[in-house]
Amino acid sequence: MYNEMMVKPMREEVSRLGVRELRSVAEVDAALGPGEGTVLVFVNSVCGCAAGAARPALSLALRHPVRPQQLLTVFAGQDLDAAARARSYFADYQPSSPSIALLRDGEVVHFVHRHMIEGRGPEAIAADLTAAFDRYCPKQEVA
Amino acid sequence: MTVFHPGHEALHGVTVVVEGSSGRLWVGRYHETTERGVVLHDVAIHDSATVSESRERWIERLRKFGIKVEEPFVLLPAKEAGRITRLTEWRSLAASK
Repeated sequence: MYNEMMVKPMREEVSRLGVRELRSVAEVDAALGPGEGTVLVFVNSVCGCAAGAARPALSLALRHPVRPQQLLTVFAGQDLDAAARARSYFADYQPSSPSIALLRDGEVVHFVHRHMIEGRGPEAIAADLTAAFDRYCPKQEVA
Repeated sequence: MTVFHPGHEALHGVTVVVEGSSGRLWVGRYHETTERGVVLHDVAIHDSATVSESRERWIERLRKFGIKVEEPFVLLPAKEAGRITRLTEWRSLAASK
C-alpha cells in the first residue's frame, strides 16, 4: 500500500466531484446491496498513467446532464476489503484498476476496463462514459 | 496515441497482444523490449493446443470481461515475440486480409 499522504489528493480529486467514497465492506454493502437504480462505481488507483487519465475523464463525464443516480468510488490497493467487496458486485468482470462500472438495478450494463483507458485522453474516455449514461440512465436522473 | 511515460516506449503500460511464433497469443501490460525479449506484466495466454476457443473469441471475451491473469510476469524471448498490437486494436491477420 502507498503512503496515505500520497493517496489523499487522488481520493479528493474524485470525492470533490460529488462521488461518495466507500472505505469499508459495510459501506459498500449499504450502497450497492439494494441493487436499485443506476450506479457508477469508480475503482480509483494510484497508477499514474491510466488513473491520471481516468480521474479527469470522470470529471468531464459528470458535467453531462444525464448521470447515474449514485456515484461511488473505492480505492484499489488501498482500501482492500472495500474494493474487493465492490468488485463482488461485478464479479463477472476481471479486476483492473482504474476501472469504471455502471450498474442498473444491480446488473452491470457498461464496464470500462483499464485496457480501455490506457493511452487515451480524458476526452475520449469521457465520451464513452457519457454515451453509456445516455443509453442507460433516464434523462431526469441527476445525482 | 498519447505517451504517458517520458523516456519509455509508447506502449509502456499499455495492454497489448503479442503474437508468438509458437502460435500462442500473449496478452499483458507491456513493459519494454530488450535484447532478451519482450517483458509483459499480468499476462493471459491463449494456446490453441489447450484452449478450444478460437483466438478471435478469446480476445473478444478479454476485451469485454477483462484479463484473467495467469502469469504476473513474462519475458518472451525475441524468437517467440512477433507482432505487438494494443488489445483494443488487435485483429487477426486472417481477418484483416
